[in-house]
Amino acid sequence: MGRYVIRRLLQMVPVFIGTTFLIFVMVYALGDPVAAMFGDRAPDPATAAQIRHDLYLDHSLPAQYVHYMGQIFTGDFGKAATGQPVTELMGSAFPVTIRLTLVAFAFEAVIGIGLGLLAGLRRGRFADSGVLAFTLLVVSIPTFVTAYLLQYFVGVKWGLASPAVADGAPFGDLILPGVVLAGVSLAYVARLTRTSVAENSRADYLRTAVAKGLPKRRVVTVHLLRNSLIPVVTFLGTDLGALMGGAVVTERIFNIHGVGWQLYQGILRQNPPTVVGFVTILVIVFLAANLLVDLLYAVLDPRIRYV
Amino acid sequence: MRGAKSAKWVVGAAVVALAATACGSSDSDSKAGGSNDGIVRAWWGDPQNPLEPANTNEVQGGKVLDMIFMNLKEYDPKTGKANLEAADSITTTDQQNFTIKLKAGLKFSDGTPVTAASFVDAWNYGALVTNKQLNSYFFADIDGYDAVHPAKEGAAPTAKTMSGLKVVNDSTFTVKLTQKFSTWPDRLGYKAFAPLPKSFFTDHAGYLNKPVGDGPYMVASYTKGSSMKLVPNPNYTGPSKPKNKGVLLKVYTDSNTAYADLQAGNLDVLDDIPAEQLSHVKSDLGGRYLNQPAGIIQTVSFPLNQKAWNAPGMEKVRLGLSMAIDRKTITQKIFQGTRTPANDLTSPVLGAAGGYSDSIGGESVTYNPTKAKQLIQEGGGIPGGHMTIGYNADSGSHKQWVDAVCNSINNVLGDNKACVGAPTGTFADFRNQITKGEMKQPFRSGWQMDYPLIDDFLTPLYATGGSSNDSKYSNPQFDALIKQANAEPDTAKAITLYQQAEKILMKDMPVIPLWYQNGGAGWSSRVSNVTENAFSYPVFTDITVAN
Repeated sequence: MGRYVIRRLLQMVPVFIGTTFLIFVMVYALGDPVAAMFGDRAPDPATAAQIRHDLYLDHSLPAQYVHYMGQIFTGDFGKAATGQPVTELMGSAFPVTIRLTLVAFAFEAVIGIGLGLLAGLRRGRFADSGVLAFTLLVVSIPTFVTAYLLQYFVGVKWGLASPAVADGAPFGDLILPGVVLAGVSLAYVARLTRTSVAENSRADYLRTAVAKGLPKRRVVTVHLLRNSLIPVVTFLGTDLGALMGGAVVTERIFNIHGVGWQLYQGILRQNPPTVVGFVTILVIVFLAANLLVDLLYAVLDPRIRYV
Repeated sequence: MRGAKSAKWVVGAAVVALAATACGSSDSDSKAGGSNDGIVRAWWGDPQNPLEPANTNEVQGGKVLDMIFMNLKEYDPKTGKANLEAADSITTTDQQNFTIKLKAGLKFSDGTPVTAASFVDAWNYGALVTNKQLNSYFFADIDGYDAVHPAKEGAAPTAKTMSGLKVVNDSTFTVKLTQKFSTWPDRLGYKAFAPLPKSFFTDHAGYLNKPVGDGPYMVASYTKGSSMKLVPNPNYTGPSKPKNKGVLLKVYTDSNTAYADLQAGNLDVLDDIPAEQLSHVKSDLGGRYLNQPAGIIQTVSFPLNQKAWNAPGMEKVRLGLSMAIDRKTITQKIFQGTRTPANDLTSPVLGAAGGYSDSIGGESVTYNPTKAKQLIQEGGGIPGGHMTIGYNADSGSHKQWVDAVCNSINNVLGDNKACVGAPTGTFADFRNQITKGEMKQPFRSGWQMDYPLIDDFLTPLYATGGSSNDSKYSNPQFDALIKQANAEPDTAKAITLYQQAEKILMKDMPVIPLWYQNGGAGWSSRVSNVTENAFSYPVFTDITVAN
């Protein structure tokens, strides 16, 4: 087990270097960040040259990459256009996004698995068709439509919640965006759980469990659900990474100053350190989430071993 | 017990993740203002650059500088006229050497006095090339600028201070310009010319976290990227004392969200009404909305460094193209009236006394399909038979109006392939092509004034080698008139000369004037007296809050 984890961690190194290099090249290919600083005005060549020198932009691209990676390993992620260190931006953005992720993830997991279980246990009946119709509806409406509708009705018209998340993103304000963000994934989770539950409820070991006279509750939670969750956990794991990547649309609509917004700002203002820095951390988050999912398989199914 | 063992690993990883969350989820002190605290809650966008006067070239940072600094001169919010504020007098006998005397007893909000050195040091800092200030060029008229800011890329400065600035005593300093420039003192209202306290130089990082100025407001707290709270500055003795108990600027991720917050009563002033809401903003806000021309003009520039567009006779084609654009319909249909068709190349915020004229453009900016077609044909037609109008696709939804302008031209010419839009991915890339002179076809351009003076709408844009001469226009006659205007001691006469120069542009048409951008603002029922100044910033000092 320990060896497996170490091997996986080592495998992450080339993946990490490859992805960061690709992103670095793509961001720097976007255009000249110095020209963007001057707005509608032609940059003054002397000032522009000073800024370029300062940002290490007067070197070749590979040299810039090596320089950048060197800085990262000393904990220096460079500076955003405003002169703020990128690490400071991360310090304010990641906690907000993690909170939003937790809210969305809770909705997704609890309601999604709940609905899926309900539908799977009552195959072909009204509850099953109801869940099917509901998930279809949720999947087919784009996120920004749900977001604006909920914001307008719940936030502005009925005044039940604040339409914009306040400074510091308190949990109360995050419920509305959390629901919006969880929506689509929730539907997938429900569908996946339903299929898996439906399949496993015909399995031999389940018949045995019922024949042994185990209480229904135990049959469902321990024998049926636990075995049915493997595909769901895979999905939830990758989704966790996606949620951490910040929901650009949802964050903008609900005024959440999280990772998605910082990335959006970074791209808009052509600030490579912001974009590359955030994406680098996200790559790590994705890799870690994947490892976590693989380790979770063994918890759910003791037959799976790591060598 | 394989399962249990791996569970331990999972739990371990999860604990690490949760601990990371817990570390961050702490402060949320700067809560939005309550309902009775007399504080105006206003929309804000994250400033793009650090809040230094000579380094702020966009409106969101400018908005703050406008509140926390009082310059030698300030522009009247209604007329745009430059009035003496921090200065007691600015005198000159030769239009080149100026003596500036400060008012007595001026203080920064941190209690330190405002002296002649506060200005001189600030300007020298702004001009020095190694300080990388984006607005350095503002000081280019001062004698000795070349030494601190060599024009050549990579050249090192030979001096740290400009020889044209001399401190006489605590309240007096003199300025020597490189050439005669009678209206120069009127520039001093621009925030790049703000004075800076000692702390700016001794504790720069600390200053950027909490800027200090001598204006009507002072910064009480600043959380970068999310909010800034400003309260009245007790040391301020100028004429625009705040009529409220402070301003809370809130950074929003999207102006649509801010609009929803305004409707829900969580925001008081929004000066960036999203385009989607314009059609119903008046009814949504019960008329609490203003829409007036700002100091921004939008144009289409011709690449005059390209032979095809600069050949003799092409001025007729350029003029014809200008007449082929139906500005009125486009501003109404596409911009919902938030643009005003242009009559000249300046802006109505200057006022008639400041050089704006609604008749300079005259026929050349009036939609006239028959004459337009005739002129284009007389001039030899569009080079190569068809043209494109370049724009950047990443911001500002330029596609819509560029398509409409092209459509208007195509209709006039009866050829639906004569003009098409040509998008460039990003603004930076677009600007890059323009500054390098690589544009082969006309492209969109715009100018936001630095200060409400006619000179600012002409010199940088059309003088030979001007800092923002995107169309690479050059006309010795124009240059001579500008020079003459700069040396003219009588302001009214100077403005007439500038207008004569502007008339040449209307004949040569290096750029097509399209429309003035309007400033718009909506506000909540909690506040009143919301107006906008020449820079389209809300005049925060005048806003009153109902209890």
